Order: sequence, then C-alpha cells, then structure tokens
Amino acid sequence: MKEQKTISPPNSFKMIRAMAGIGIICGLLIVLTYEGTLPRIERLRAEALQEAIFKVIPSSTQMRPFSYQDNTFIPAKETDENIIYAGYDDLGELKGVAIVAAGQGYADIIRIIYGYSIDKQEVIGFYVLESKETPGLGDKIEKEQFFLDNFNALDVALTEDKNAIKNKVTTVKQGGKLNEWEIDGITGATISSRAIGDIIAKSTEQWVPIIYKNREVFKSFENE
Amino acid sequence: MSNQEIDKGSINTAPTSTDEFIKGLWKENPVFVQVLGMCPVLAVSNTAVNALAMGMATAFVLLMSNVLVSLLRNFIPKEVRIASYILIIATFVTITDYAIQAISVDLHKSLGAFISLIVVNCLILSRAEAFASKNTVSKSVMDALGMGLGFIIALFSLGAVREILGNGAFFGISLFPDGFQEWVIMILPAGGFFTLAAWLLVFNLIKQRRALS
Repeated sequence: MKEQKTISPPNSFKMIRAMAGIGIICGLLIVLTYEGTLPRIERLRAEALQEAIFKVIPSSTQMRPFSYQDNTFIPAKETDENIIYAGYDDLGELKGVAIVAAGQGYADIIRIIYGYSIDKQEVIGFYVLESKETPGLGDKIEKEQFFLDNFNALDVALTEDKNAIKNKVTTVKQGGKLNEWEIDGITGATISSRAIGDIIAKSTEQWVPIIYKNREVFKSFENE
Repeated sequence: MSNQEIDKGSINTAPTSTDEFIKGLWKENPVFVQVLGMCPVLAVSNTAVNALAMGMATAFVLLMSNVLVSLLRNFIPKEVRIASYILIIATFVTITDYAIQAISVDLHKSLGAFISLIVVNCLILSRAEAFASKNTVSKSVMDALGMGLGFIIALFSLGAVREILGNGAFFGISLFPDGFQEWVIMILPAGGFFTLAAWLLVFNLIKQRRALS
C-alpha cells in the first residue's frame, strides 16, 4: 500500500496531509468546545427538569429522584433508568410524584411530565417537555388553558385490589367530558390531544399501582 | 450564475473590502438574490427570535469557515477541497450546536434539527468554494460578514412578518387586541413560501425601479 501511494500522483501525500491536518484541527476544536460547554449544558438541563417537576407538583419546592429496582423504589443515582421524582414542600411533606412519559404524537414523539398525588389518587399537573407538533394546531396541547385544566384533578384511582386502574384515562371530544377520568380533547388538535391521553393512560397503568404499593418509601425517606 | 459573476469580479477588477461587505447586503443578497439556503429560511423563520438565532448561527459558521478555508487555501489540494470544506464547516456547526445548548435549552429546542442542517447550507459551501478559497483572509472576513448580515436581515424580515401575522406578536409581545384572529397558516410551512414570495416581489420591484431611473 505504501509503495503504491508514493508512485501514484505525486501530490497524494499532500492530500493526506491536508485531510489529516484539518481532521486534527477540527477534532481538537470540537472536543474543546464539548468539554467547555458540558457543565453548563448539564446544569441547564437539570434546572429545566427541576422547574418542570415543581410545575406539575403544585406547592412542591424540593425533589428527590427514585428509581424502580427489584420491585421497590430506591434513591436514584444519575445513571439509573426508570426514574420518577418525589416532590416535597418546604416542611419536607410529600406533595406528589412526577413521572416522565413519552409516546407517538402527530409529528414525532411527545415527551411529557405529569404529577401524581398518592393521597388524592389523581393526576395533579401536566407539562410538555418536548414536542414537534404542528404550530398553531397540535401545539395547542401546550397552551390551551381548558386542556391543561384537565390535568388539575384527573382521576386515576385504583381498583379494590390496588393492582390496576379502575377507569382508564381516555380523551373525549372537546366539551364532551363527563367523568373525572376523561380528558376534554381539542378540536383541531385531535390526534395530539388523543396522544396525550394515551401516553398518560399507558404510563399511569404502569406506574400508579407500583407507586401506590410502595407509597411508604417516599414518605419515610424524609423522616430518616 | 451568480457564482460565475463573482469569479469574474474578483479577477478582472479589484473590489475593495467595503465592496465585498456591501455586496452581500444588497447586490448579491444570499436569500433575495441568490436564493441560497432555502431550507432554514423557510423552516425556522416562523418567529422573529428563531429567525434571528438561526441567522446568527449561520453567519457565525460562515465567518469561521471562511477564515479557516482562506487561511488553509494554499495547504488544501484541489482534489480534496470539497471534503476539507465540509469537514471545516461541520466542525463549526457542531461548535455552534453546543454553544446554543449552553445559551438556552428552549432556544435549542425550537431550532431543533435545523442547527445540524447548517452543514448542508449551500450558502456556506458556495462562499468557501467561490470566494474564501481564492481570496485573502481579510477579504474573506468582509465577504462572510456581508453575506452573513444579508442572511440575517433576510431571515429576520421573514420571521418578523410571519410572527406578527401568525401569532399576533413580535418577539413574543402581543401586538393586537384580543379580537385579533391569527393567520395560523403564516407560521405553518406554507406561510414561509408566501412570505418569501412577497419579499422577493418587493425586492425585485425596488431593483427594477432603480435600474429604470
């Protein structure tokens, strides 16, 4: 290989030198910028998440992450998966649990966070973390006040044996909400508002029974 | 066509640095005259803030890549020049991506995938190929500044119109009384085409008037 290169066009060394040289310069620049901006980017992301958690758990001012492992919740490390966040007020009293969920929307995956109150057995807050829904139509799920009001007290009560949710969360037509577990949809954002209903339904079915079963973990943790 | 004109210009006559700067603003405006880089122009000009951020990000990449390409113009053999330019441009796009994330998570969210797409913005590659690779660093800087500013102005004039009509707001501040019915179509992709067409019309009308008088 080496011999071939020296025989073939006389400037092949120059070409390799140029590409390699530029590669090294560019690599250095990128790594330096990455290292330089990483701490700030991570801080901003953590702040944004914390802000969202306090938004979906009304009157919470402190939070602790927990991860679900071996059928119980333990204080989470950064690398863990299946993380939920318990929110407490100034006095350290449990106000609710914030859960991140995601699902297919109209344009792309929608990522949301919602608050769940163990005492009330209700969804108590909702916030869209990430969405690429159509501006002016689908993105009403983030702005329309009557839609957001759906999530101030959305019923996700458990059945008698506490293993499943009594009434699955469903999205109905705008103005058609009759029961506490129904979400009033948005005309003009039908698919997006239904997607939110499905995401919450799926996520609550997965999380609410196990959170309820382990509810003492969140309370006792503050006492220690 | 416009590239050929530029080439002739830089060989036959010797334009001053100021000329290199001014041409990007009006005579060879990247959006209104050369109609380059349409992907971000149409996609991210739905609000004034997005347009301004996108314009500045592109201008920064343009400036930095022009400087580096111009510095290395005798070092890069012509056989590998396109690969080298793309490498240089991609580097500065990555840097810009991190920088925007470090400035604001929300801004990065609203610009989305379009930051990475600056790599393939033909405006930047065409300036590297047609100008920076043949001219001194100082001239390339002036060229990049002019073209960059021209791009920002064009994006901003689209973004402003679309936000005012589509959201009834300017920089997020509501302009109209509550009764105002927003033209939702203006912030959708179709609105980008309408606005661009309207601006091109205005631009060409002015140019025509000037040529006649």
